[in-house]
Amino acid sequence: MAGLLELTVAEAAAKIAAGEVSRAEYFEAWRDAAAADELNAYLWRAEEGDSGGEGPLAGIPVAVKDLFCTAGIATTAGSRILEGHRPLYTATAVRRLAEAGAGVLGKTNMDEFAMGSSNENSAYGPVLNPHDRARVPGGSSGGSAAVVAGGLAPCAIGTDTGGSIRQPAALCGIVGLKPTYGAVSRYGMIAFASSLDQCGPLTRDVTDAALLLEAMQGGDPCDSTSVGIEGGVEAPSREDLRGLRFAVPAGLADDAVDAGVREVFEATLSRIEALGGEVGEIPLHHAEHGISAYYVIAPAEASSNLARYDGVRYGMRSEGEGDVVEMYESTRAAGFGEEVKRRIMLGTYALSSGYYEAYYGQAQKVRTKIAADFSAAFERFDFVVTPTSPSVAFGLGEKTDDPLAMYMNDFFTVPMSLAGIPAISIPAGRAEPEGGGPRLPVGFQIAAPAFGEQRLLDAAYALERAIDG
Amino acid sequence: MVERDLEAVIGLEIHVQLSTQTKMFCGCALSFGDEANVHTCPVCLAHPGVLPAINEEAIRYALKIAAALECEVAPRSIFHRKNYFYPDNPKAYQISQYDLPLAVNGRLGGIRIHRAHLEEDAAKTIHLGASGRIHGSGASLVDFNRGGTPLVEIVTEPDLRSAAEAGAWARLLRTTVRQLGVSDVNMEEGSLRVDANVSVRPAGSEALGTKTELKNMNSFRFLERGVEAELARQRELIEAGGRVEQETLHFDPADGALHPLRSKEEAHDYRYFPEPDLVPLAPTEAMLREARASLPELPEARMRRYEGELGLSAENAAQLAADPEEAAYFEAVCERAAGVEAQTVANWVTGELAAALRQAKGEAPAGSKVSAESLAALIAMVGEKKISHGSGKQVLATLVAEGGEPAEIVEREGLAQIADSGELEAVVSAAVEANPDAADQIRAGNGKAIGAIVGAVMKETKGRADGGEVNRLIKQKLGV
Repeated sequence: MAGLLELTVAEAAAKIAAGEVSRAEYFEAWRDAAAADELNAYLWRAEEGDSGGEGPLAGIPVAVKDLFCTAGIATTAGSRILEGHRPLYTATAVRRLAEAGAGVLGKTNMDEFAMGSSNENSAYGPVLNPHDRARVPGGSSGGSAAVVAGGLAPCAIGTDTGGSIRQPAALCGIVGLKPTYGAVSRYGMIAFASSLDQCGPLTRDVTDAALLLEAMQGGDPCDSTSVGIEGGVEAPSREDLRGLRFAVPAGLADDAVDAGVREVFEATLSRIEALGGEVGEIPLHHAEHGISAYYVIAPAEASSNLARYDGVRYGMRSEGEGDVVEMYESTRAAGFGEEVKRRIMLGTYALSSGYYEAYYGQAQKVRTKIAADFSAAFERFDFVVTPTSPSVAFGLGEKTDDPLAMYMNDFFTVPMSLAGIPAISIPAGRAEPEGGGPRLPVGFQIAAPAFGEQRLLDAAYALERAIDG
Repeated sequence: MVERDLEAVIGLEIHVQLSTQTKMFCGCALSFGDEANVHTCPVCLAHPGVLPAINEEAIRYALKIAAALECEVAPRSIFHRKNYFYPDNPKAYQISQYDLPLAVNGRLGGIRIHRAHLEEDAAKTIHLGASGRIHGSGASLVDFNRGGTPLVEIVTEPDLRSAAEAGAWARLLRTTVRQLGVSDVNMEEGSLRVDANVSVRPAGSEALGTKTELKNMNSFRFLERGVEAELARQRELIEAGGRVEQETLHFDPADGALHPLRSKEEAHDYRYFPEPDLVPLAPTEAMLREARASLPELPEARMRRYEGELGLSAENAAQLAADPEEAAYFEAVCERAAGVEAQTVANWVTGELAAALRQAKGEAPAGSKVSAESLAALIAMVGEKKISHGSGKQVLATLVAEGGEPAEIVEREGLAQIADSGELEAVVSAAVEANPDAADQIRAGNGKAIGAIVGAVMKETKGRADGGEVNRLIKQKLGV
């Protein structure tokens, strides 16, 4: 049985298609593995086997972040306010995976409403990092990253608003891809920040990421902002990086990156050159303001998106003492966690009459400038590369009292989210944490122009082979 | 300062519910009066994870309204979120248009249109308890059937100068929108809702006074009464040295009074921001062309044509142009009554026919038993003096009751005018002799006394005599 769990999704799908492995056997093996979750990574696990659907992912179990609505299956967004909520419908991305033959293996733990970088903001307790259970897996898709890295699922999907797929993928040592905004439908993905949210795969390798993306991507009449990737995505096959130009943002947060992470990053740049790629520097003048802009825009949209959780139609209700207004207040006070409340307050303030221009308006201008910086960079380079996260996985509780330090985890991932462009994090090696201890995974981030997923996956694939070799 | 020196300044905000097949942002059917909460889905109930998708039919309907109001259509308009908590607003934001509306700068009936934009309707709430308001109520019930119905909000410039003018203009707007076929425009059912912004200012002043907003006037009569009452209140207040406070007033149909809403319900900061779930609305050239091409002749243009080309009085032109079916009927009669003045036809349709139908508690002309052909024939017979005007009315009453051919009715009832002047002269002579007192008075110069003799002639001829001819013969006989 153990052999089955070693297979990548692509390998397993091939064996199932060839009739070498039965889909029931494969799915059962993963159900058993998921049942052994000691990481608090699952909030719900399938009690039955494979869905029986046909297609390129026939018989493949997928772990699904609990932000995706699944009909009849509790979907909480990691929040007390949606405890026990059973959606009436299934998210488009999950439906498309099912149409490709995949089945939902389980729903994964996450930071409440995808707000967090450590998974410590879940109402259902933190997820543990499979490489060191005293450390965080990253967030907000921490459960999805932990199940793939911890051998509890062959693959997973998550969502990325400012780094929520890439950062946990990096901290758990797996591949995480945030597609171009609009590549995958957001319908049924519980909204955090609508102009930034995007769904993507968390997988063992780049090929599997391509496979899942191809199944999920495409325009959806239920999501006006979705268009899909023209021509779709094929399995990557490139073996070198000849003729490709990689840009490193000049001086971006030189001091903020841990020495070990920097070392791995430099080594990866050398591998790129060894594969025939060209490495240069470009200025990303406004990227350093990304975090500031992001923490205005995302909370502003969240303050509106989360206003519907009022106890009237679904989810938790706390009656309170008096009228319906008190019921709202009582429900929201009891149902939301600290970080969610903080962001609702920040966002409400930023949109308030008299402050809108100074905060939301200004942040949108910064966003436009960051996107323009990337456009300029892509005139001379094919990709922009950075470390995915400034550090390896940090200790549980280490940053919970310091929201700003926590927000800085997203320093390298937020600019791509603001620009709406695709970015992938691949495992690039290991580094010793600051303060010592066993070496932990380090992620390498590659970003491409909008809808450049195929080229991005091809380059990441070539680099991945060089790193693994 | 005396009352007449304070000029009324009124602007209207009209919400028109579009009669599309489905709601603005989801596939639920539109409904009125159905069982509560049967036309709902995850989208219009704002379940977690749902997204809005714009109803294309609603855009087409809104573009028709924009074309009818002669508005400029924005090449690219955007939706905003208007954030507020209320149980009838399940997302806790209404998707509406804010600083870039679909249409601007139009006009209708001489009144400027500031803007027209698309948005979604709220659900219906019923607050149990004495106040009927959310605050302090024991329980609230919500029916989400209406939630998400497409609305076009039309905002006029403050160009109206009296309650009556506001009422008349609102009626013109209703007729216009109804003719486009894009809404039921029924005020009682709420598919047409008119709010008024009311202020007063010294006559001749350009500056605007402080306005109040009047809501909940669910008929044109209530609109006029509400505006009238508010104008009186503001004038009285200012004349007493007071100041108008900006506030929202609710019209209470029970007592016709205006009540301020509690300030807590009013103190909103809607935190508008662009709706990130929708892309900008950019109507294609083809959609704009289609909207313009689909416009029927609208009441205002028809009214101008009736006055200008057909020479109708302003009053008749307005009356007949307002209702497209009545207008079509009127024109059908004109077409068949060759050689008859349009004004004469208008007199018959708005006068004699309307009265006869009223008396018989009958239908509108188009739905009645009086076909355009028969009315045209009747008018022609009267014009050619084949029957008297009085007999004409008699024929009309028969037509209203049972339909038929005017000529046959005249024949059957023996109403043909007495064409032989010898026969009529004999009747006149007899009548003069039978009424010597009246004859004396006429000779003495009392012209009015002729009525008694004319009446006797008419009685004798059963109304078949031409009134003018009878008058002439009487005077000739008496030598006056």
